[in-house]
Amino acid sequence: MNSFSYTRAGDVAGAVSEVSGNRAAKFIAGGTNLIDLMKENVARPGRLVDITRLPLSRIEDTPDGGLRLGALVTNADTAYNEQVERRYPLLSRAILAGASPQLRNMATNGGNLLQRARCYYFYDTATPCNKREPGTGCSAIEGFNRMHAILGASEQCIAVHPSDMCIALAALEAVVRVTGRNGDRAIPFADFHRLPGETPDIDSNLGVDEIITSIDLPSKGFADHHAYLKVRDRKAYAFALVSVAAALEMSGDTIKEARLALGGVAHKPWRNTEAEGLLKGKHATRDSFQIVAEAFMRDAKGLSHNTFKIELAKRAIVRALKHAAQMETRP
Amino acid sequence: MTTNYIGQPLSRVDGRAKVTGQAKYAAEYNVPGLAYGVVVSSVIAKGRITKIDASKALRFGGVLQVFTHENAPHTASDDQSYKDEVAPPGSPFRPLRDDRIMFSGQPVALVVAETFELARYAASLVRVDYKSEPHETDLTAKRGQAYEPKLREYIDPPIQPRGDAGKAFARAAVQLEAEYAGPAEHHNPMELFATTVVWEGGGKLTVYDKTQGPQNNQKYICKVFELSDDDVRLLSPFVGGGFGSGLRPQYQLFLTVMAARGLQRSVRVSLTRQQMFTFTHRPQTLQRIALGAAADGRLEALMHEALAETSRFEEYSEQVVNWSGELYHCKNVKLGYKVAQLDLYSPSDMRAPGAAWGLFALESAMDELAWKLRMDPLELRLKNYAEKDLNTGKKFSSKELRECYRQGAERFGWSRRTAAPGSMREGESLIGWGMATGIWEAWQVPGSAKAVLTADGRLTVGSATADIGTGTYTIMTQIAAETLGLPIANVTFELGDSRLPASPVEGGSFTAATIGSAVKAVCEKMRKKVFDLARKMKDSPLAHTRLKEVTFADGYIRLHNDPSRGVSITEAMRHGEVGRIEEEASVVPNFAKQARYIRHSHSAVFAEVKVDEDLGTIEVSRVVSAVAAGRILNAKTARSQIMGGIVWGIGMALEEESVIDQKFGRFMNHNLAEYHVPVNADVHDIDVIFVDERDSIVNPLGVKGLGELGIVGTAAAIANAVFHAAGVRVRQLPIKADKILWSTAREREVLKPAA
Amino acid sequence: MKDGTEKEALGEASSSLPTATRITLRINAAQKQMDVLPWTTLLDALRDYLDLTGTKKGCDHGQCGACTVLVDGKRIISCLTLAIMKDGSDVTTVEGLANGDGLHPIQQAFIDHDAFQCGYCTPGQICSAIGMINEGRAKTADDIRELMSGNICRCGAYPNIVAAIQQAMQADRGRAA
Repeated sequence: MNSFSYTRAGDVAGAVSEVSGNRAAKFIAGGTNLIDLMKENVARPGRLVDITRLPLSRIEDTPDGGLRLGALVTNADTAYNEQVERRYPLLSRAILAGASPQLRNMATNGGNLLQRARCYYFYDTATPCNKREPGTGCSAIEGFNRMHAILGASEQCIAVHPSDMCIALAALEAVVRVTGRNGDRAIPFADFHRLPGETPDIDSNLGVDEIITSIDLPSKGFADHHAYLKVRDRKAYAFALVSVAAALEMSGDTIKEARLALGGVAHKPWRNTEAEGLLKGKHATRDSFQIVAEAFMRDAKGLSHNTFKIELAKRAIVRALKHAAQMETRP
Repeated sequence: MTTNYIGQPLSRVDGRAKVTGQAKYAAEYNVPGLAYGVVVSSVIAKGRITKIDASKALRFGGVLQVFTHENAPHTASDDQSYKDEVAPPGSPFRPLRDDRIMFSGQPVALVVAETFELARYAASLVRVDYKSEPHETDLTAKRGQAYEPKLREYIDPPIQPRGDAGKAFARAAVQLEAEYAGPAEHHNPMELFATTVVWEGGGKLTVYDKTQGPQNNQKYICKVFELSDDDVRLLSPFVGGGFGSGLRPQYQLFLTVMAARGLQRSVRVSLTRQQMFTFTHRPQTLQRIALGAAADGRLEALMHEALAETSRFEEYSEQVVNWSGELYHCKNVKLGYKVAQLDLYSPSDMRAPGAAWGLFALESAMDELAWKLRMDPLELRLKNYAEKDLNTGKKFSSKELRECYRQGAERFGWSRRTAAPGSMREGESLIGWGMATGIWEAWQVPGSAKAVLTADGRLTVGSATADIGTGTYTIMTQIAAETLGLPIANVTFELGDSRLPASPVEGGSFTAATIGSAVKAVCEKMRKKVFDLARKMKDSPLAHTRLKEVTFADGYIRLHNDPSRGVSITEAMRHGEVGRIEEEASVVPNFAKQARYIRHSHSAVFAEVKVDEDLGTIEVSRVVSAVAAGRILNAKTARSQIMGGIVWGIGMALEEESVIDQKFGRFMNHNLAEYHVPVNADVHDIDVIFVDERDSIVNPLGVKGLGELGIVGTAAAIANAVFHAAGVRVRQLPIKADKILWSTAREREVLKPAA
Repeated sequence: MKDGTEKEALGEASSSLPTATRITLRINAAQKQMDVLPWTTLLDALRDYLDLTGTKKGCDHGQCGACTVLVDGKRIISCLTLAIMKDGSDVTTVEGLANGDGLHPIQQAFIDHDAFQCGYCTPGQICSAIGMINEGRAKTADDIRELMSGNICRCGAYPNIVAAIQQAMQADRGRAA
């Protein structure tokens, strides 16, 4: 871990000005990802700006019937928030599937979005990595890539985004509100994270001088029919091989709308609205789920160690949709 | 009588220290003037260091030194000095010896600074340039270069063939041939390897070290650094898990002593969790088994070969295949064991070394054979039960394995098993029931103990052994307290100090037998002395009695036949005007008697798994293990030992794997997020039964040790259960969802019943 | 707008470090002042600076839970926490649980059920269990297993850990009744 200076930001504008024009400065809130990366010498910021005292710690209703999650609310407080549990239980389930209780008590909503890929080669400064040092090569493509991407990868990088929370946010079509030197923006969730393409070192479209202020959930929470399914190598405290956030709006046995987001398969949470559309108006049967699963994974490409993920993802989609459909509708 | 402690489920005597955080481990002695060392590790697997530039690190005033091969102080120059009592044949690794890199993660520098954080930062500033050479880290590519190794002491070569296994196999009515594979695994005890060397002045060192062998490591330091025995005291009162990794000195010990002497200061070095993947590990092992049986299940041929990795600089070996010739009655047996050299650190003992892999293959193969025969797997074991050891012709000192099978099966409900794979299910899961046999050594080796009894009735007993979580403190206290009949609160056992009486390393599951026997012996010597004082008291109620006529209990010495006649121990000492009695005892096993028998512990493991019918994920929902391990000294800690071994078996079967990227010759999943060991949610019901077993041959206490037996056979029981659930036979551990994926209700090959 | 790469650290070219900051932590109900550099974690502050070695370092990367302590009543990972960021906080470590000679019910339950072997993960398990019980979400044994999965025990004492926690929770309920 390198030597760094430390300062506390008292307000959002102050926080923004700290990072504007100073490439060596980074925000720190929960620290669960950043400190880990710094101890591995993957991240070496010269200045840490503590944003934990900024007024971004509330969960409150939005005017359009949605819910605003402050960027600094912890993952645990979000998952256990009464409004979130009642109106967006898919999000609760997803958050609680991630990390460990202690880490969830520390990690913030904003930090969860910005966590970096969990690729062995990215984390190990002994092995070349385009994400860590552009142009040095991707060691995973020819290496041990069991945990890596089967969708949206590039020749530069095949890492996956490790978050569970983000998969639910993608399915719910949250909006990320940010502010920076040039004012406020609202970034639809699908546009927040990037594919690796030619710039694997850049994970998201958040500007270098911007800060996440909240994550806004739309009014539709799919509370009646949802499932978060995480398939992993042990029962808890492990990253996903494949995860699925499934949300359905149903009328009797008929599906009116479906949302599906996949984790563990790409550099960002993976949606496929065309595949989702195949469920519209259909009955909730294994066959219709199977058709959607096939469509969803049609463009998937396996590597030497992760081709199994394609089949696993299809089955996980079918299973998640089954669970989502079978939930008893609440009175 | 309240002082009959042996066998009782007493809570650990060191429990309070552990639950309050008072127990101190090697990196926790915060002495004045302590400096901190951080190790810099090689990023290449093989080659040479061409340049080390530590200038950026040394620029900081608080950085005291950067030790490298270029400035490392002189140490002993011969291999013999570096060989500890567990070292296999070859040349032990010497940190910072020269510019040669022999394995990825090899220590190439030690940065020492006034604070840990500065040392860590400075370590990241040391620039090392390398010239790589091609490396070999893939065991499967080295079959052509396998050879029979020079074996370690205590490892027997594969037995000579008996009968004609090849011919018998060819003629057998039913044949099973299969290959099994296991990856490298790392011990990953919770405590990181660390050493704190206290510079006492006058050339004396007090060394706090994480080790399973205080004297082994103390001797190593003295030989390597050419110090006199009096100048080095090594202490290790609490060890945060070992599992074999602490049997030999690890490289941070050398580096810390080197730094302390070089700087003439107290120094601490703790390895990182990442660095815990840069030394000792269980070797990758490939196995081939062929079983030939008659139609009724009797084994007619057994062939078992193993190929394991070793390093370039040491020949490590394990007992992998001989168990197969012993465990079942078979007249035609051929066994083989070879190693191949890889550019990795020397493997070493990891919980049930050899048997963990050997029994995974054997017990999986037996299960496969059972299915071919359409015979119950337990029936097949019973059909081929060995009443004596055909490897040597010797009888067993005791072997209650039949009882293990019977009691374990009954507790588990084995008779309700329906044989066909996939025939049991629950919701979205397929249920599988599998079983396996377990076996392990029951050694006793020479060991000593001392005892001091003071007139206030307090007894202190000690030996230079270790407690790595096994419960040594507790069982030795029980033995001592019962032998002298003192309340346990008055008895203290000391360990983890190189100055205490001679003890081997704590390993091989032999500490209870070895040091337990020494503790019993020294306390019996103590009894004689105290009894003498009691007899000689004026008007003693024990005058003219003999030692075998009295009982020691509750602080008193009383006549068996007339308990009203007795003397308290403290009274006896007071009247004799003796403030303190000291005794020492050394116990050597009765080799002549023991050598006539085969001395092993045994178990029967039954496992239930739930396999998700679509996703292939596996849960071990319950395990029953019935164990025959002689006398059980403490039912509570004994159960914990077996339970821990079973949890290791779950990890071995389903999770653990040190993944080598062959291009880099490096273990890539070198942290606890990527190297999976079981978490709490992975473990459900574990039921341990101790079957009654008396053994008067194995050692004076009749104990057999429990540290390792729990893991043996467990992975096979789980793999067998997975087959029973999903119809998929996985022969390469660990068994993960992707290995099961292709066998769902729809894709699975239909399993036809035998014609 | 795109996220930028991190440049070389401030201080890397020079040979000086930031100045220390005086912080105050209320540890086990006692005020402790110390001078720390930003890079000192709460874990290292406890172990090396305050000689409170009960909290353990198992991985230093938040992957094992051995360093779990309670900060402002919540169980957190102290190895990924910068001490300077917890200035003014309440910290409870394993050393602060017993009441003189009287052990905390969870400590006693751990002894009764042999919920440890080598003892290294134990302080973290105990602080985590207390935090978990305070969170009030564990109802069944499976809940306990799931919610204690952030604490790795290589000795494999899990069934006994669960039993100990259940004993402590029952005693709690008994007391509340």
